[in-house]
Order: sequence, then structure tokens, then C-alpha cells
Amino acid sequence: MATNGRRAVTGRASTNGTVERIEVRKTYKLYIGGAFPRSESGRSYLVRGADGTAIANACRASRKDLRDAVRAARNAFPGWAAKTAMNRGQVLYRVAELMEGRRDQFVAEVGAAEGLREPRAREVVDRAIDRWVWYAGWADKITQILGSSNPVAAPYFNFTIPEPTGVVGIVAPETSSLLGLVSRLAAPLVSGNTVVLLTSETRPLPAVTLTEVLATSDVPGGVVNVLTGLRRELVPVLAGHDDVDAIDTWGVPEAMRLETEQLASDDVKRLSRRPTTVNEARFDWLDDRAAERPEWIAAFLEMKTVWHPIGA
Amino acid sequence: MAGRNSTSVIPAPDRAPNSWGLGDGQAIPWDYAPAPEARDIVTLKDRYGLFINGRFVPATGGDTFVSIDPATEQPLAAIARATPVDVDKAVRAARRAQRRSWGQLSGRERAKYLFRISRILQERSREFAVLESMDSGKPIKESRDVDVPLAASHFWYYAGWADKLDYAFPGRVARPLGVAAQIIPWNFPLLMLAWKIAPALAAGNTVVLKPASTTPLSALLFAEVCVQADLPPGTVNIITGPGEIGMALATHRDVDKVAFTGSTEIGKKIGRGVAGTDKALTLELGGKAANIVFDDAPLDQAIEGIVNGIYFNQGEVCCAGSRLLVQESIAETVIDKLKDRLSTIRVGDPLDKNTDVGAINSKAQLEKITELVASGVAEGADLYQPACDLPERGYFFRPTLFTNVAQSHRIAREEIFGPVLSVLTFRTPDEAVEKANNTAYGLSAGIWTDKGSRILEMASRMKAGVVWANTFNRFDPTSPFGGYKESGFGREGGMHGLHAYVRLEDR
Repeated sequence: MATNGRRAVTGRASTNGTVERIEVRKTYKLYIGGAFPRSESGRSYLVRGADGTAIANACRASRKDLRDAVRAARNAFPGWAAKTAMNRGQVLYRVAELMEGRRDQFVAEVGAAEGLREPRAREVVDRAIDRWVWYAGWADKITQILGSSNPVAAPYFNFTIPEPTGVVGIVAPETSSLLGLVSRLAAPLVSGNTVVLLTSETRPLPAVTLTEVLATSDVPGGVVNVLTGLRRELVPVLAGHDDVDAIDTWGVPEAMRLETEQLASDDVKRLSRRPTTVNEARFDWLDDRAAERPEWIAAFLEMKTVWHPIGA
Repeated sequence: MAGRNSTSVIPAPDRAPNSWGLGDGQAIPWDYAPAPEARDIVTLKDRYGLFINGRFVPATGGDTFVSIDPATEQPLAAIARATPVDVDKAVRAARRAQRRSWGQLSGRERAKYLFRISRILQERSREFAVLESMDSGKPIKESRDVDVPLAASHFWYYAGWADKLDYAFPGRVARPLGVAAQIIPWNFPLLMLAWKIAPALAAGNTVVLKPASTTPLSALLFAEVCVQADLPPGTVNIITGPGEIGMALATHRDVDKVAFTGSTEIGKKIGRGVAGTDKALTLELGGKAANIVFDDAPLDQAIEGIVNGIYFNQGEVCCAGSRLLVQESIAETVIDKLKDRLSTIRVGDPLDKNTDVGAINSKAQLEKITELVASGVAEGADLYQPACDLPERGYFFRPTLFTNVAQSHRIAREEIFGPVLSVLTFRTPDEAVEKANNTAYGLSAGIWTDKGSRILEMASRMKAGVVWANTFNRFDPTSPFGGYKESGFGREGGMHGLHAYVRLEDR
């Protein structure tokens, strides 16, 4: 396992003539329906570190890959939504457990992707793990916070409960490759939505490693589907897909905001948007008050109100 | 309701239902006497202006349009036709009030204003009910017993929230969004106004509201209530005009919040219109609700519920139970009973206190209903209409029942917004769920069964925002209302209805 930052990630052999083991490099793949396919298109793109050095080739997912991911998410939705809240909470908590075991790898990858020195990268990764824990704990509480019993003026027991919206498309933050992504991903997941996530385009690798964590956790295949690729190719397909119920446009580039939101309107998608006043690159994901929000969970919930008769 | 003032006769139909044993469709020798509500409680002006900054003003350029009584096709009044310049004036007035007067009031003071409005609505309830029925065509017993009292209670409910917002959003400070643009439909003009304005004002927003062009009068009478309540000028502004004016309002750059109730088609356009901005948006759109009747349902109660579900307000209800799903084993019985019951429905003068189904709101809507019903026949469904007499003038449509309907038929898929019921059948609960959810809409659903656990199981499987069990079309200010899927997003009513009008900040 990698221990010392970029060198390990890039897998360069030593050039000083001493015998050093040639590292086994990782192929960074898509994550669809619990499997790790390459893009069906056979395309990839070169990912560079913050310092400009080439790190790896990432899959350049196609429209078809995205449609496959939506199908996988749709199929996984009934099972994930039907799990007991406590079970879902435990499953997501386990993601944090497994991330903890891969801390060093994440530190190296986030450091390389975001150009952070180790102490800072470590802080970011630790916070990403803690954020899973924070959101996981909401699984069996959010209904009590957001639901209600309503005193109607008629003989009915009337109550309102939140239900997950369905398939949520996430355009993950472009800048914060892991912590930002986790903050936006955990919120819809914890309530029982399934997700198709587009990683940061320029910093996709920590997200791919996260998929390896998800695959070995108890999160069922298809609940989270992760695509790397180009925003201009993928975002319009995601926003325009009729079987995507909601979209998180946090990471959509300014230039694509209007088109994305217009496409989302065409089938009345639920939108969770970054305010135009918030600069994507400057958002402080380390600020718990800013990034740990029940409102972000609520954005992907539907409120159902039931009138149950009272009487013999 | 029926017979509340009567001392002698049992409510009676004009033709004998089968169950009476007099022979099918036999005319029976008695009838209701006409019981028209007096119109003179309403004083109509010849012309109505726009209500901007606390005063009635003519539209820029002075254009008007006419609002007619759909039951008589007679004009009621000339209404100012707003222009984009007027939209701008109204938004400015609202902004000013939000900054300087309404937005500066404490929640406690806002609450007292809203209680005041609620009280005035109660005091002037008869006037509002008559005017609403004249302008919209809905039966007086509905405007009197449903629309107006619910509108008043909606203001009452949200009045109490105005100074208790901290308790609605624990851990957060709720701030008003600012200026709300609100666009409402013609099916429940005053009630939709209340659903929009009450939570907006409670949270400290100011509003510009555009009523539908065929039903502006109750909103303009409400403007008088605002004056009577001494509401700070600009807090509520009401502009009248065609749909383009609604779009101009929704997309006005100084509007912070858009709330729209209406068709899914227009809702999507409004979504496009506010795309790329920071405007908050809630949409309450169309529906094609399933009303599911199981074989253990209390049948007579269910029949009343089915009738109320689809013929209430001429079926011009977004949450109408327009698809009846009956368990196959009781389908024949239910359909027979429904036909019986249909023969006793009274269609006619909306101002008559005995009328069950009034006038269709407009000629355009009547044409749309007629066209969709024709498509049902053309696609092979079996049509049933009771042999009731319709008034010679006005926009009326017979209560209509289609049997032998396939899920692919337009009448089973498209929102008709008229008194037209499509009957489908199912065998198992799974099939009922599948058929009920087989629509792009998701506003409401009904479940009829004697078994409480089945109610809750079915309710949890409905992709719908409101589920009525052994009842239908019930509303309450404390009860959140709104849709799944293409029926929109956001909730109106209850604590959840406040959320649509606040910005939450960290403490």
C-alpha cells in the first residue's frame, strides 16, 4: 500500500540504479452496478496532478455508460430504500470504517490531486471519514426531524413522512475531490436514494478509490454508481435523463449552469443548487457548520401525507 | 350539508336509480325547488384595476379584459390587463415593503395582521362565496363550505407561525426570501391565494400574486380585505392579465421566490424561466390520481368518496381521483352503484344551493374536456353519462364515466381537469400499485379498504404526495400538500409549507 504521497501513486521506478521493486499500477475504472467496467467507448483521458505531472489515465465515460449507470441505480433503488433506517445507517458507517483502513492511500491521492501537503491532505481525508459518520447517523433520525403529525380538523390521523426521491444525479464538486464529494454523496444516500455521480473532471482519482471502498463495504451494487469523464459530455445527458429524479448541480461549471437547469426542468427534476454567490473553488468543506446540513438530506426527500381514518 | 335547512323532504333525484326498483332511468314525480343564493351581497364594479402598493390603479396603457360568469356567459367586469411595466411596478412596491415596512415588523406583529385577515374573511364569507361561484362556476355549496372557510383557516394557521419560526427550524434562523411571485390557477381562486399568501407573509416575505385570467375577482376582493386590515401598502400586490404576464412576473430579476400552481406544461416553462438564477421555486402541478377500491371496502362510503373524488368542483381539481381502480371481484357492483349515484347528481346553476356540479370554468376548458372524452370513445372505452338536463347557456358538461378503459388510453393518462372518471380494474394489491404508479404524475391517491394495515402498506407504496384512506379530496391548513414526480415539488400547508418561504441561516 502506498505510504508516501505521489511517488507511490504514480508508481515511478527508481532511476538511481538501485534495485527497487517495480510498482503494480492501478487501472482507474468506472463503477456501475457494483462492477468495475472500463468505458464502453474505450476512451480515456489523462489526469494530471496539481503540479502538472501525469498521474494516470481515467475512463472517459460515454452517454451509454451514463445510461447504464442510471439503469443500475434505478434497479437498486427499491431494495436500498426498503432497508431499515438503522441498517442503512450501519452500512454507511461501515464505509467510514473501510476508508479509515485506506487512509494513507487517500491522503496520497488527495494530496496529489489537490496539491496539498501531507498534514493538510490528512486533515481533509480525516474529515471526509468523519463526515460519513456524521451523515450515517442521520439515517434513523431524519424522519423524526422532518416528519410530522398534523392536527387536522376532522377525524383522521394525519401524518407526514419523508421518503427518498429515487435516483439522484450528482455533479460532484470540481475542486474538493474527496471531502466535497463525500459531503454531497452521503446526504442523498442516507435517506435511501440511489446515486449516479460524476466525479471531479480534473481530480477524479480519489473518487475512484472511494468506489473500491464502496465495493468492499456493504453498500449494495448499483446504489452508488460513479463515472469519470468530461462534464460537457456527461452533464447534459444526466440533467436530461428522464429516469433521473433529482440532480445536485453543485459541481456544474458556471458556463453550463443555465443549460443544465433548463434540461432538469423539462421533467420536473428536483434541483439542489449551489447558490450563484458561492464560489465552488473557495467553499470551505472543512467547515462542519457549512457542510453538515440536514437541509442537504431534505433536498432529496419527498414528503408524503397520509389521511388515515379514525373510527369504528 | 344537503338538507341542512330543509324541514321535510329527503333529498331526491329527478330520475330513479336502479336500486329504487322503479325501473332504470325512470323519471320520478318530484324535484327540488330552485334554491338560488342571492347575488346582491356582491357589489360588482364595472372595472377593476391592478392592486399595487395598496391602491387600485389602471394598467399602463389602460387595456382591459373581461371576466365572465361561465354559467351564463355574461360579462361580470372589465379587468385591468397588466403589462411588463406594471409587473415591474408591483415588484418594486413589494421590494420596498419588504425592506421598509412588512419586512421590518416582528413576527408578533405580522401574526396579528394575518389573524385580522382571517377574521375579515370569516366576516365576509358569504360575499366571497357568492363572488367565487359567479366568477368560477363552482357550486355555492363548495365555495361556501370548502373554499372560503379553508382560506380563512389557512390564514389563521399561518398567523400563529409568524412569531414561532424558531421552533419550526431547530438549529437554524429562518429569514424571509424577499419578494415572492405567486401564480395561481382558476379552480380554487381564493383558496390557492390563501395557500400562497399566508405562509409567505408569515415568514416575512412580500408578494406579487397573479390570479388566473378567468377568475380574478376573488383576488381583487381580497385586495380590499388587505386595505381593510391596514396591511402596509406593497405587502400584497395583485396583478391581472394573461399567462405571459405570469411568466414576466416569474422571471422578473428582482423576484426571489416563485410559487406556481397550474399545469405541468406551464410548470416546466417556469422552471426553464428561472433556470440559472438563485430564485427559489415551488411547483404544484397536474395529477392523474388513482382511487383504489378493495373488495373489503365499505362500499356505500366508497361510492360517495369516488363521486367526491372526481366530480367535486367539476373535476377541475389537480388531485382529482380521475382513475378509479376497482378490485375485479366487485367491479360490476361498484360500477352499477356508481351509475345509480350519477343519476342523482345535480348539474346546473352554481348559485343554486342544491347544485352538485356547476359550470366548467371556461369555453376553452370545456372544449378540452369534450376533446378528451371524444378520444376516449374513439380509443374504444365505453362511455356512460346520466340523462340529466343541462342549462341552455353556459359551459356545462355531464358527469361522465368510462368503463373498459386501458392504461394506454389518453383518458387514463392525460389530466382531463373535468368531471370524467376512467374505471380500470385490478386483481392483486401488487397490480393495483403498479397501475396506480404508472403515470408521470404523483400528486394524490385514494385507498378504500376496511383493513388499517393494508391502508398503511398501500400508502407507503404510492408514489404520491397525499394519500387519502377511506376519504378523498380533504384539505386542511395543517396538512402538507404537494406532488411527487411531474406533479411538482415543495409542499403547501403545515409546517412544511413554511419551508418554501424561508432561507435558513446558521445560528
